[in-house]
Amino acid sequence: MIRIALKMLVGDRARYLGIVMGLTFAALLITQQSAIFVGLMTRTFGSITDLGQPGIWVMDPKVQFVDDVKPLQDTELLRVRGVDGVAWAVPLYKGLLKVRLHDGAYQTCNVFGLDDATLLGGPPEMVEGTLADLRRAEGVIVDENGANGKLATVRPDGTRVPLRVGDTLELNDHRAIVVGICRVSRTFQSQPVLYTTYQRATTYAPRERKLLSFVLADPKPGVDPSELCARIEAATGLQALTSDGFKTATYGYFMKYTGIPINFGIAVLLGFVIGTAIAGQTFYNFTLDNLRHFGTLKAMGATGPLLLAMILVQALVAGSIGWGLGVGGASLFGIVSRNSELAFRMPWQLLAISGGAVLFICLASALLAIKTVLRLEPAIVFKG
Amino acid sequence: MSPAPAPAAAPAAAPALAIRCRGVEKSYGSGDALVHALRKVDLDVAMGELLMLVGPSGCGKTTLISVLAGILDADAGEVAVLGADLRTMAKREVTRWRGEQVGFVFQAYNLVPTLTVEENVAIPLLLRGTPRRLALARAGELLEQVGLGARRRSAPRDLSGGQQQRVAIARSLVHEPRLLVCDEPTSALDAETGHGVMELLRAHAVRADRALVLVTHDSRIFEFADRIARMEDGRIRAVEPGRAALATEPH
Repeated sequence: MIRIALKMLVGDRARYLGIVMGLTFAALLITQQSAIFVGLMTRTFGSITDLGQPGIWVMDPKVQFVDDVKPLQDTELLRVRGVDGVAWAVPLYKGLLKVRLHDGAYQTCNVFGLDDATLLGGPPEMVEGTLADLRRAEGVIVDENGANGKLATVRPDGTRVPLRVGDTLELNDHRAIVVGICRVSRTFQSQPVLYTTYQRATTYAPRERKLLSFVLADPKPGVDPSELCARIEAATGLQALTSDGFKTATYGYFMKYTGIPINFGIAVLLGFVIGTAIAGQTFYNFTLDNLRHFGTLKAMGATGPLLLAMILVQALVAGSIGWGLGVGGASLFGIVSRNSELAFRMPWQLLAISGGAVLFICLASALLAIKTVLRLEPAIVFKG
Repeated sequence: MSPAPAPAAAPAAAPALAIRCRGVEKSYGSGDALVHALRKVDLDVAMGELLMLVGPSGCGKTTLISVLAGILDADAGEVAVLGADLRTMAKREVTRWRGEQVGFVFQAYNLVPTLTVEENVAIPLLLRGTPRRLALARAGELLEQVGLGARRRSAPRDLSGGQQQRVAIARSLVHEPRLLVCDEPTSALDAETGHGVMELLRAHAVRADRALVLVTHDSRIFEFADRIARMEDGRIRAVEPGRAALATEPH
């Protein structure tokens, strides 16, 4: 009878397509908007992800997110190194500095100053040159997007000449030579990203008493990072967060203080509501149209549980196909927009969420239909 | 006040009773909207008999066959069909009983348009859990019997009204029911096609171990009845032999 149920579903092409399209639309909108939301939120902590290795970030207690830099005194580095359980600790400079371009224009850049000795926290992927090239005098590594975009030279005819290895820049009256091109995660800060050594970065930065942005540390083998964070906080009075904890704090800040979740939430909710309305209504109408046939089956001895199973199978099959098409569409969107500015990230959890939403839509519309069919008086079949 | 009619007894020679109703009552609605569809109906139908229920619209014919087929519950009275006391059976039991013992032919055929002809015919067997292959094979045999073996893979919409009713008859017989309930099986058909359908029913459905109750307005088919029960206002007013009814029916 399950096969009969499926033939009843797909045999009515127009209604079947209506149901599947409704579910596809819902799944597409829920997945795609959520993926953009996740992509955007991932960008909030892109800098933390890129730095990769350090397990612990130490910072001023008032820091709320990764771009909220509140400089520390250089001596804090030594205090962190002195905490029991710290394997190593290195300084990190992170700040916005103005770069003067060849044509005299200024461009604000996000500058990372890495520990001179270890160069820990360098870019995740080098396109040209190596991280070690930073040891060359006046060396800086520029991110690919910045080199091709905001740091490119614009010729009189309007063509852009990307910044290349060997080109020079001027940072706060100091010369810098591009020694490498790297690829970094996109962040909420749209400025180009420059990597250099800590000492050089503090030279480029305007004179201030405090220039140390973060201390990056790692626990000794066998030491729990969270426990070490507590120890560092107790010993230094600074804020110490694990890499994941800092990502969560950054993400949480943007969730709390920006309208991003509301805006995307509305879009996702809209997709869900419209999808539910279209698919639910179409499926319900499909059942109403088939009421006489369900009544006939009931008269011929179909039990309530059998009719229930038939309707559930119809709803779940339509749901699976709609979900598959919707998620497929969202994936295609992600692939097409891969090299664009658009933030798009579709982890498996999103597929599970959109699957759950579609399942809910299917079950809700099936429930309506089931209620009608189970209450159906089989004597309806005798009405001509 | 007219005297209550004697029970519409089955012919004396009938071997066994398929249906025995006594004092069956059924009403719909309540208060001012109360409608008495059946008022103390007494009716016997013998095995091997084709009984036609006739009467004006709203007289209770469809309600009576719904009660006899276990689709509706009677409010009062005794309803014994094929030896089962329907009034004492649980709903689930009645559903199972109906699926095994009753076949239906409907005025509007009620074929599922998205299924093939043979799938439609196989439904009663599939509902009983018969493997699909066997059910389709049996459906094919029935379709051969009703002269539609070549159309087994057709969609119902590709058949004429008469052919669709023949498919419905095949479906009603595929699981060998002991009671066949037909609701206006010829009213949507022209005289010739209706005649053909009735000949088919008599040839394949009327058997010594099966009873057939047929509701109709169509006087053209009275000649196929063994007996005709005339209903009026929820009561059986008279029961006559089929041919006698034909003779007295005004044309």
